[in-house]
Amino acid sequence: MDGLFQFGEYAGYVWSAYGISLLGLAVLTAVSWRAYAAAKRRAGSLGDGNCS
Amino acid sequence: MFGYANPERFWRLSSLLMPWVWGATAILFAIGLYAALVASPDDYQQGATVRIMYVHVPAMWMSLGAYAFIAVASFVSLIWRHVLADVAAKAAAPIGATFTALGLLTGSIWGKPMWGAWWAWDARLTSVLVLFFLYLGYMAMWAAIEDRTRAARAAAILALVGAINLPIIRFSVEWWNTLHQGASVLRAGGSALHASFLYPLLIMGLAYLFLFGALLLVRIRTEILSQRVLADQRRRAANEQLTSPIESEA
Repeated sequence: MDGLFQFGEYAGYVWSAYGISLLGLAVLTAVSWRAYAAAKRRAGSLGDGNCS
Repeated sequence: MFGYANPERFWRLSSLLMPWVWGATAILFAIGLYAALVASPDDYQQGATVRIMYVHVPAMWMSLGAYAFIAVASFVSLIWRHVLADVAAKAAAPIGATFTALGLLTGSIWGKPMWGAWWAWDARLTSVLVLFFLYLGYMAMWAAIEDRTRAARAAAILALVGAINLPIIRFSVEWWNTLHQGASVLRAGGSALHASFLYPLLIMGLAYLFLFGALLLVRIRTEILSQRVLADQRRRAANEQLTSPIESEA
């Protein structure tokens, strides 16, 4: 594994870019699923949890 | 084509598709991140910062793609008043805004070691910043107008007017003398990238595309459910208004 993830003087920039990207996409995914789960709960309280 | 855009058909189809799209997204990200962080070599000029391209470029592709999707859906919504068109456009906006923000941030992180500056007011960067503000304006339009039909129409008009920014972003590097480099993948004469850089980039591009699709399905379903709940609440309120005079007489 020697040499892997060795980004030299640019390591801070590379990891920051990947960290921000993964964090941003993870937050977007979590927010979207939470909103979906909440909408399903509200629809479920009407009698059914789906569209049909 | 519009037949599949019926909310109930969409619901059934998306129920089938969702596990596959999310599964494909996870697999593509696993392969793409390995290719980007392990398999890809350093560039002889940029060094390891070339790896930032694998998260920056797909984010920008999806930023433009999501806005084009919103513009087309807005056009369909305005002309044919299709039920799902404005739902799809509204659902795509936060995803596109996130991709744009990530594209700007990762571009800035790449710019510091390569250009010596976090930001430059060059035509490409500025037009992408305008795109980000267009996304915010589009979402604010939906949030600010209470009547759903009016909100959909106003947001659709804004989206269509803002679409003029897409060719400006695409061709800004050709029309003006910009700090940002020209197109190196999607250009006449084929890609200028060596295969060792091109394949990781394309895999990450596919991963971002599938993530966009997966999130879009989730957010459209959320919007459909929310509208159902809202319609039900209105129906109940209307029924209560109809029945209350009778009850008071009894």
